[in-house]
Amino acid sequence: MTSDMMKQENVRNFSIIAHIDHGKSTLADRILEKTKALTQREMKEQFLDAMDLERERGITIKLNAVQLRYESPKSGENYLFHLIDTPGHVDFTYEVSRSLAACEGVILVVDAAQGIEAQTLANLYLALDNDLEIIPVINKVDLPAADPERVTKELEDLLGVTKEEVILASAKAGIGIEDILEAIAERIPAPVGNKEEPLKALIFDSLYDPYRGVVASVSVKEGTVKVGDRIRMMQTEKEFEVNEVGVFNPKPTPLKQLTVGDVGYLTASIKNVGDSRVGDTITNADTPAAEPLPGYKKLNPMVFCGLFPVDASNYNDLREALERLELNDSSLQFEAETSQALGFGFRCGFLGLLHMEIIQERIEREFNIQLITTAPSVIYEVEMTDGTEVRVDNPSLMPDAQSIKEVREPFVSAKIMVPNDYVGTVMELCQRKRGIFQDMEYMDDNRVNVIYEIPLSEIVYDFFDQLKSQTKGYASFDYDLVGYQASKLVKMDILLNNDKIDALSIIVHRDFAFERGKAIANKLKDLIPRQQFEVPVQAAIGNKIVARTTIKAMRKNVLSKCYGGDISRKRKLLEKQKEGKKRMKMVGSVEVPQEAFMAVLEMDTDND
Amino acid sequence: MITSAYIHIPFCQQICHYCDFTKFFYNEDLANQYLEALDKEIETAVGKKQTYMRTIFVGGGTPTALNYHQLEKLLQTIASAFDVNNCEEYTFEANPGEFDEQKLTLLKRYGVNRISFGVQVFDDQMLKKIGRLHRVQDVYDNLRLFEKHQFDNVSIDLIYGLPDQTLEHFQHTLDEAIQLDLPHYSTYCLQIEPKTVFYQRYQKGKLHKPVEELEADMYDMLVHKMEGNGNVQYEISNFARPGFESKHNLTYWNNEYYYGFGAGSHGYVPGYRTVNIRPLPRYIEQAKETGMPILHKEEVTLQAQIEEQMFLGLRKKEGVSKSQFFNRFGRPIETLYEQPLTYLQEKGWMEEEGDYVRVTSNGRLFANSVFQEFLLESIEE
Repeated sequence: MTSDMMKQENVRNFSIIAHIDHGKSTLADRILEKTKALTQREMKEQFLDAMDLERERGITIKLNAVQLRYESPKSGENYLFHLIDTPGHVDFTYEVSRSLAACEGVILVVDAAQGIEAQTLANLYLALDNDLEIIPVINKVDLPAADPERVTKELEDLLGVTKEEVILASAKAGIGIEDILEAIAERIPAPVGNKEEPLKALIFDSLYDPYRGVVASVSVKEGTVKVGDRIRMMQTEKEFEVNEVGVFNPKPTPLKQLTVGDVGYLTASIKNVGDSRVGDTITNADTPAAEPLPGYKKLNPMVFCGLFPVDASNYNDLREALERLELNDSSLQFEAETSQALGFGFRCGFLGLLHMEIIQERIEREFNIQLITTAPSVIYEVEMTDGTEVRVDNPSLMPDAQSIKEVREPFVSAKIMVPNDYVGTVMELCQRKRGIFQDMEYMDDNRVNVIYEIPLSEIVYDFFDQLKSQTKGYASFDYDLVGYQASKLVKMDILLNNDKIDALSIIVHRDFAFERGKAIANKLKDLIPRQQFEVPVQAAIGNKIVARTTIKAMRKNVLSKCYGGDISRKRKLLEKQKEGKKRMKMVGSVEVPQEAFMAVLEMDTDND
Repeated sequence: MITSAYIHIPFCQQICHYCDFTKFFYNEDLANQYLEALDKEIETAVGKKQTYMRTIFVGGGTPTALNYHQLEKLLQTIASAFDVNNCEEYTFEANPGEFDEQKLTLLKRYGVNRISFGVQVFDDQMLKKIGRLHRVQDVYDNLRLFEKHQFDNVSIDLIYGLPDQTLEHFQHTLDEAIQLDLPHYSTYCLQIEPKTVFYQRYQKGKLHKPVEELEADMYDMLVHKMEGNGNVQYEISNFARPGFESKHNLTYWNNEYYYGFGAGSHGYVPGYRTVNIRPLPRYIEQAKETGMPILHKEEVTLQAQIEEQMFLGLRKKEGVSKSQFFNRFGRPIETLYEQPLTYLQEKGWMEEEGDYVRVTSNGRLFANSVFQEFLLESIEE
């Protein structure tokens, strides 16, 4: 099917938004199945999530768009659907907003038992911002805990829709799928735009392919693009010549051209995803459009950490791995860093914590490099006494306290949606994380939206884990950066065997320094195995020791047990021990396991 | 040539809380079937032609859990396969309290010349706590029996590092044990192994193992008292009067071959380490059908042989002979292991004397850290 054979008024571009686990991917699978995009044999569960990591974590990181054919049994009309997938995590809000901008409508999937969650809400607002038609779907209605009536009421209150507009479904059991397809055809408007106008194509995803260069996913809003066209990226002003255009159905299928309403891909020997940024507008270099499409933003990393190879000889491999990942991820930043304790590595910037974890895991898994990760940090603005200002993304580089006039840190507005019963718990947690109360909205009788301004650095620590555990998983959470505010922040150093370990330095609020120092020292004591000598562990601010404990010397490491003639078992034990030693990093005279460098993250002592 | 055999009897009247060997509650019928299967396994390996065996070790489980007739059947199996009259060391494991004059004379009649006795600890309370069936009095009663029948090559097993055990508590056990003035003692520091009662309790935080410092103190006391009584620590966990070292166990430390018969047994035959099937019904079925109830065979590479020569040999007081190493592997120990030998000698954990490299008494407490250094990255074959 070439798209120009289809009338523009029969094209439907839509996306599915949902909270994690509410069934977005399963619904996408069912839609693919029903529209015969895939034969059963080709059907791998959850086709759209291609990377293993995504599949394992049940999240979508990279976007995809597929073209589907639908023949309405009701009207007999033929439709061309473009299903545009969106990532499902707060770190990727911008990508979500751009893929929504490629659509005219969304399917809003809400779990029949859980109801609306903070992330769903955040994405829903993005959809409303883009003026999209919303088709509310209550999923998992077949489960025992389902309460579709309550959730319908929530949707009525929130969207002002009528009960009749809400579709009850179970993607897993295949219930309601026909209704959803019909609603897409009936309710979502066709794309507007004129194929005679100068080209405007929105880039909503950009993926690096080693053979073809960057493959940009585009939604054509105005005009036409075909092979051989000279194109210009309106934000970066780079120009390229198109070598291929096509659609995913769901396999990439080259076409002669893409025109208004089409959602597909484009390649143009683009070497770097940085030249094909999500949100940018592609136009024709010879007859350019006057204005780019709205909404472009250059993304800046918010969270930073040091990545060091456990084995120093892997430094160049690590650089290559980061370079490879960067090709595909324009929001990943890195620069060389040297630590006294950890040697040569990289300071890396990420959109958020999940983004950071994903990159780490991919380096370890796909590139087979054992990593030591230092605790994540944010960017601090430091005003010096001499009036200059420095930005510090690495705690060990924080200037001396005497030369600092003021330290400012990034704050976020955290929106936490939580059942009534947990409001107290959540507020307590936010206070403890230095949060400033902003607002509280009752969504309905039972659900409250609590809004706090909280330092990003506190979110970067264990905020999310604590929120989950203290509300038994009922709270959901979303945040936006709101700006910088001055705080009483100090650098805390950690000393092992009287040596300052730069990679363990952190920035803490003065009022919490003592407590956190104690917690870190104790945590390190548990994580670092006994050495052949006693190792003092100290936390210090400047020259003042605020906490101290000791790792006792190893007294014995011997297996007296005989195990009969089972020599293999002895061998395995020794091999395991040796393997464990390999994962240690020699820091000064102390062997420190990888996890220890993240120790500052998991501060469960707040609960004690 | 293979001149050592281990034979496993996996039956017990009661299962100890710490034991992770192959063992089952004793059941007369099952034991009969097992003995038949075992007979078939041994016959398939060596025939019934009274093959020479330098050492035979019958362990468990508890061989003495068998009744008189079964014990006799087992002894006959062994006597028809091996030349028991010319066996240098023929050991049976026995549990106090399960042992009487009848069984003892039977063992003696069939050529058994050494008993390894599962004493563990001299305190009835503690014996109960660790799931042992016998009481301290049984130990004394049985030892009197050995004396009466001039059965003097007796070893006892002791365990320390038991839950809530104090140094004084272990001292009492040690003093009682030494007072018996036996020629051989085997001592084990309790290990919490998966699939045991203790492991379950430990996981739930209900079992309090002594801290590392205390275990080390117990070990120091053990070595000090044993050596003071003339029992030499010839291997990390074994003490003997000169001439009474266990020849069978030295087979393992000397990295020599041995048969492993019975369910879950391990053997080392030229080129391979073998493991037998563990679950009893499957072992019995396979042994009866093919005579070779082997679960798997693992090839021992040259690299593995070299490493094992080191981490087994260094368990011995005398250490590893440089000339033997060279004769066996065709390369000098000092070149192959130059780095670890230098490092460990600098640390004071190893020393060289004459033809031997060995672990110092100081290094013995950190033996696993020492052994680990002798695992090779890879070698040229």
